[in-house]
Amino acid sequence: MNPFQIKEAPVVYDVAIVGSGAGGGMAAYMLAKAGAKVVLLEAGGYFDPADPKYITQLKWPYESPRRGANTTRPFGDFDAAWGGWQIDGEPYSAKTGTEFHWFRSRMLGGRTNHWGRISLRFGPDDFRRGSLTGVGDDWPITYEDVAPYYDRVDKLVGVFGSKEGIRNEPDGHFLPPPKPRLHELMIQKAAKGIGIPVIPSRLAILTKAINNERGQCFYCNQCGRGCQAYADFSASSVLCIPAIKTGNVTLINGAMCREVTTDPKTGLATGVSFVHTGTMQEHTVRAKTVMLGASACESARILLNSKSALHPNGLANSSGVVGKYLNDSTGASRGAFVPALMDRDRYNEDGVGGMHVFTPWWLDNKKLDFPRGYHIEYGGGMGMPGFGFGFGTENMNGKYPTANGTMKPAGGYGSGLKEDVRRFYGAYVHMAGRGEPVPLESNYCEIDPDKVDKYGIPTLRFNYKWSDYEVKQAKHMQDTFEEIFHAMGAIPMGNKPGPETNHGYGLEAPGKIIHEVGTVRMGKDPNKSALNAYQQAHDCKNLFVVDAAPFVSQGDKNVTLTILANSMRTSEFVIDQVKKKNI
Amino acid sequence: MKRRDTLKALGFSGITFGLAVGPAEAGVPLPPDKKVPLKVPGGRQPFEAERDVKLHADKFFTPQELKTVTLLSDIIIPADSKSGSATQAGVPAFIEFMMKDVPANQTPMRGGLAWLDNTCRKLYGKPFADCTRAQQINMVDQIAYPQKAKKDMSQGVAFFNMMRNFVVCGFYTSKIGIEDLGYKGNTPNQWEGVPEPVLKKFGLSYT
Ligand SMILES: Cc1cc2nc3c(=O)[nH]c(=O)nc-3n(C[C@H](O)[C@H](O)[C@H](O)COP(=O)(O)OP(=O)(O)OC[C@H]3O[C@@H](n4cnc5c(N)ncnc54)[C@H](O)[C@@H]3O)c2cc1C
Repeated sequence: MNPFQIKEAPVVYDVAIVGSGAGGGMAAYMLAKAGAKVVLLEAGGYFDPADPKYITQLKWPYESPRRGANTTRPFGDFDAAWGGWQIDGEPYSAKTGTEFHWFRSRMLGGRTNHWGRISLRFGPDDFRRGSLTGVGDDWPITYEDVAPYYDRVDKLVGVFGSKEGIRNEPDGHFLPPPKPRLHELMIQKAAKGIGIPVIPSRLAILTKAINNERGQCFYCNQCGRGCQAYADFSASSVLCIPAIKTGNVTLINGAMCREVTTDPKTGLATGVSFVHTGTMQEHTVRAKTVMLGASACESARILLNSKSALHPNGLANSSGVVGKYLNDSTGASRGAFVPALMDRDRYNEDGVGGMHVFTPWWLDNKKLDFPRGYHIEYGGGMGMPGFGFGFGTENMNGKYPTANGTMKPAGGYGSGLKEDVRRFYGAYVHMAGRGEPVPLESNYCEIDPDKVDKYGIPTLRFNYKWSDYEVKQAKHMQDTFEEIFHAMGAIPMGNKPGPETNHGYGLEAPGKIIHEVGTVRMGKDPNKSALNAYQQAHDCKNLFVVDAAPFVSQGDKNVTLTILANSMRTSEFVIDQVKKKNI
Repeated sequence: MKRRDTLKALGFSGITFGLAVGPAEAGVPLPPDKKVPLKVPGGRQPFEAERDVKLHADKFFTPQELKTVTLLSDIIIPADSKSGSATQAGVPAFIEFMMKDVPANQTPMRGGLAWLDNTCRKLYGKPFADCTRAQQINMVDQIAYPQKAKKDMSQGVAFFNMMRNFVVCGFYTSKIGIEDLGYKGNTPNQWEGVPEPVLKKFGLSYT
């Protein structure tokens, strides 16, 4: 057989979906349940959190020769992600003087196998920041448009939380939240005293069983490893595998999509071409509708690479907006030592795989020198030791007296050192701010004119710089962290991050918070946006984008719940349009 | 319910979505794998399993170095009334692995061990492992306390900090170390909140 021959499947699917993460997984689920014949193209391998082949949950650190260190996986040996900031043979670049870090997972379910499960609805204001503040843009849809889908997503995936009645932090259909851990109670009490709310967190974890297919959380704290009981939301276990079970989905793993193919006369999408990562062969699949859910930057890349006579700037890009307005959450953090927590009583406080409480944005930006808010995530407790445990003991054990009041010189060795490790265990807390950035046209990804990946597909080049808005927000985060630390009697670690630290006040580099959105934005005006209010391409009516690329902005709310809701909404629109024979 | 009926129930049939294809038709077979298959342990990707096998087969420490690492490990974490020692917990093998896993560790470790032997030769006429116990402890005392150490011992202090980090980490991530620490989790359970006596101690409550 001629290996260069392009293989074309002779069949026409109803829908081709690219990517099986939050966005693609939801589309596959919705369409398959509705009876459509779906081909699901996933660049990575098959993954099922319940298959012993893949399970890392409940393993001990000594079951890894590196005790869980992050040598081959950025979040450590036991984390479920296959991929990371760099993937062999799949490079990306950044323009000089700018920076962007791009986290990719190559597996069924994408990054939802190991995400933090934080599931916050965008509030009414989050859809209209432009008109509210004069900075940024409004979405073409409102909270009311998305609310019914948030409701259904809550019920489908399972989210715990508490009804709080905070206007811009809409309540959902919540499962019961777990009680706070000890350090979380301390934070809650201290913060309350200085007017900062601390409420139960909202995570996609089943504190109660919701059906017979998925179990209930058994509190091992390891959602990041994927749950063999399906007791947390992963697109693999909750969406893709059930979709495949309908018999309507053809899943092709190892299918690295190169471009969306179009009809030279009508300009409509005709399918998808891909390289098979195992055989390196070219294939095309044909479909009546194409939905991209390859993740925000990758979907932009696919569109920009889908050039044709009718779509010379790439598909869905007559406005030239594809790739622009790339934005990631801001992030800054600080740790502290809590002397009151030395020599703690031991008990199992693993809890769920994440914080049990958090702080939603509580201030009015009109009274501040930056236009957008942030929330605070809390960490700490008597966790399972892993690589790095006990490092730097010499920086602590000379500073604080032992239980009987004596001081010791820093460092040391021997049984006294063992005592030190025991008394400092579980005596730390950590705070991380996650804030809303202002999306800027000048922050973008584009096709690198000089580079291709190992499949021969042109790669992305990023251009991203934080503005003053984000730096000021990070400064505010650092001040807040210290206020709470002091109020609870904790001692902040290291020096307070100043204007020179990281990108200013400890502000993380763009991309590092892994909430990248905005690269194929939706809008009412086809000259300024790529997609309409249903995430349908203005230029190509049978092409949809269902990941975070269509987001006009992202609130300070982690983005995945909204990807799920929007993808569900778009999928129903597709079903409706097919019924009406519009596409 | 049969699929066709399901579709009917949902109000869909061939009229809306053209039933063009059965699910298996477009599957792309993987090429036959000609390599001798490696047994991939659960939870590892094949490239990781391959890499681990290779790293385990390589050797980093010389027998003399390993002797010193072993001695230092048990000086840093000796057995006490509560638990065993670093070597009982397999710490030297963990350190050996980390040298190969993260090669950036190699020069500070190998160089640090050489610095130690060299300094011992100057002070006691013998490399560290051949010194008497008293000499070894005398040497360690000069590099184990960063704030008290003499200036000319600074490289030794840096080396000992690295050694302490690896030994403490290796020990407390081992089975006996985790027991020593009293970590109680990593097991299915029902979280009911902080135990009542602990809440009392801290003057906190859930209500
Ligand atoms: C450690 C971590 C913690 C996180 N915590 C949270 C959190 O608490 N809350 C939250 O809301 N979000 C969180 N996120 C972000 C969240 O994971 C993403 O927002 C979400 O997974 C995005 O969904 P997606 O469908 O757009 O893309 P992904 O989940 O990335 O899925 C994209 C899929 O497409 C495939 N693909 C890519 N390119 C191609 C191609 N060319 N052809 C075929 N297939 C392709 C990929 O292999 C992948 O499977 C976290 C992320 C990480 C890494």
